[in-house]
Amino acid sequence: MTATASEPSARSKRALGAEPILEVEKLEKHFPVKRGILFQKTVGAVKAVDGVSFSVRPGETLGVVGESGCGKSTMGRVVTRLLEPTGGRVRFEGTDISHMKQGAIRPLRRSFQMIFQDPYSSLNPRHTIGTIVGAPFKLQKIQTEKGTKRAVQDLLELVGLNPEHYNRYPHEFSGGQRQRIGVARAIALRPKLIVADEPVSALDVSIQAQVINLLEDLQSEFNLTLIFIAHDLSVVRHISDSVAVMYLGTIVEVADNVELYEHPLHPYTHALLSAVPIPDPDKEQHRDRILLQGDVPSPLNPPEACRFHTRCWKVQEICKTVEPPLLQIAPNHKVACHFPEERVLI
Amino acid sequence: MFRRSSAGAGSKAATSADGSGAGTGATAGATTLVSAPSVTPVELHSVPPRSFLEVRDLTIHFPTDDGVVKSVDGISFSLERGRSLGIVGESGSGKSVTSLGIMGLHNRKKTRTSGEIWLDGEELVSASPEHVRKLRGKKMAMIFQDPLSALHPYYTVGSQIIEAYRIHNNVSKKVARARAIEMLDRVKIPNAAKCIDDYPHQFSGGMRQRVMIAMSLSCNPSLLIADEPTTALDVTVQAQILELMRELQREFNSAIVIITHDLGVVAEVADDILVMYAGKGVENGSVEDVFYRPEHPYTWGLLSSVTRLDRVRADRLLPIAGTPPSLINVPSGCAFHPRCAYCSLNGDRSTTEVPLMRETDPGHSVACHLPRDTRRRIWTEEVRPKL
Repeated sequence: MTATASEPSARSKRALGAEPILEVEKLEKHFPVKRGILFQKTVGAVKAVDGVSFSVRPGETLGVVGESGCGKSTMGRVVTRLLEPTGGRVRFEGTDISHMKQGAIRPLRRSFQMIFQDPYSSLNPRHTIGTIVGAPFKLQKIQTEKGTKRAVQDLLELVGLNPEHYNRYPHEFSGGQRQRIGVARAIALRPKLIVADEPVSALDVSIQAQVINLLEDLQSEFNLTLIFIAHDLSVVRHISDSVAVMYLGTIVEVADNVELYEHPLHPYTHALLSAVPIPDPDKEQHRDRILLQGDVPSPLNPPEACRFHTRCWKVQEICKTVEPPLLQIAPNHKVACHFPEERVLI
Repeated sequence: MFRRSSAGAGSKAATSADGSGAGTGATAGATTLVSAPSVTPVELHSVPPRSFLEVRDLTIHFPTDDGVVKSVDGISFSLERGRSLGIVGESGSGKSVTSLGIMGLHNRKKTRTSGEIWLDGEELVSASPEHVRKLRGKKMAMIFQDPLSALHPYYTVGSQIIEAYRIHNNVSKKVARARAIEMLDRVKIPNAAKCIDDYPHQFSGGMRQRVMIAMSLSCNPSLLIADEPTTALDVTVQAQILELMRELQREFNSAIVIITHDLGVVAEVADDILVMYAGKGVENGSVEDVFYRPEHPYTWGLLSSVTRLDRVRADRLLPIAGTPPSLINVPSGCAFHPRCAYCSLNGDRSTTEVPLMRETDPGHSVACHLPRDTRRRIWTEEVRPKL
């Protein structure tokens, strides 16, 4: 009746390329905090991304989860070079794009694109959707066989919209439809990598399902690599091959899908998994619950050494003095903790 | 004002009943005609219910230039003290409008409300706004979705709680301040005596929501309505807030109505569930009834389209085809029929006849034309195996 962990889904049978398409090494993005009116002095920095390393293989879906302030959205923007990193490296298909000028990056943007969270603010309200979805062709100066308009209409149909609505404006569509427009724009030039930043969070449950199915279909059809940033662990479980958990600017655990959800090792992952409600009343009543104290510390002033130590129930002296490195504990499973421990929480 | 000038006997009766103290317009047995332009005159001959909160055939329509928006179109439910009702539905289902209707927060000039809302033996739809205002905060309180916009940015949180408390209790500022600190402590805000003088923007999202809970509970209301209280919060903070609400419910024995689109949250906190679609209730029952024995195609659709943390699902989710309907042009007959995979089994009925809520099991009712056995068969054989 239900697919159990031991049955591989069709997703895992997909052949993933050998060489990584994206490599991120000790990535940092600090936003300086300045004080003063005439002479501005930097008094601190918001360490949004503070040492993140991972790689993604072609065709893979990497889910990135974490709560507010963990840096996942910032990381997504740095990887697509909407922001420039203040430290570390981003390599796309072997090329170091960390500090390339925008003019040099533009041709590369045919190969990586982004889908944004808010379907209301990510589309220019003064452009028709034909213009919006056709913009990539224009910006990259690409001519198609049958013309841009035809290409755009094909894209609209591909994402489940009516091609005749080419001349309509974004406000004439619902949230779910607008998100589809954003998807059409992102896949217009058949990129190899898409970073989707919370693409379904603003949508109703039944529409979420439609957009998730669409992304999965497009991924199979075009062999896309997908970085799926979300706070919803259930959605991430459904769509990802591997999952990285972020906390206050660093990755605390990264593992393949089954490993992370069935054998989580980091206390923060335990807390996250136990906090997610499951739509099953009996299960909810009998679950192991971990309630964290207090709120996430500010990225302006993250705790020393292990950033999670202020809320961790296992904290020891070493956690306050030595930052745990992200170590490989098992094949396809890395964790940054001095005392990793397996726990069943679902 | 229009209301007073068109008044006559009806309205005067209401005011004098009001002036004479508690109890008011909705005394059992009395026939009171209350007339106001936007509240349909109701002859209250119905018997007050035994339940603590009972909503009967509540209808809230908004006349607009484009047509009448039928946000809530005849819903009924009941709730006892100490229990939680989850109202589940997507955008445009009418759940928030329902909660604002219970609290009496709609602009009477702009809405057409009919039906009955009975709270602890008093009827609210026909009650005067002044009376409902006295109950608001004291007998019933509300927690809103976004605490940053619900709290006033210019006033300290302390002064907001103190104001709420002093409106309903004739006490000195000193006593009210002590009460505010006590409430902030109760909701586990660290260092309450100092935080009481902070402004809302100085708190994090989770803390602000706790402040709202403190404010709403300061007068010990017996009914608490929480409208998507945790949607804007991180999942670990959500868990803390839901736990806090459960604790406070046990302590105050409050009835809680929690409005959400998150099925996981209702599974965690609700005792009973009302599923709403296009302004109407489509299924109502205990949380076990709705999750394990659902009998409405929309409920099936919701359960099928949700991703679950505990399951490696089959590759495709099963979304509900189509989109939620316009509330101005609600589909004829059963509002769900354009999206229902089974409506053809009813022949023409689904497009012409509005299904009424009928009991299928004690405490479990469904509004669907499909015969009970057919519904149960479809659930057991077709829907549940795919979940």
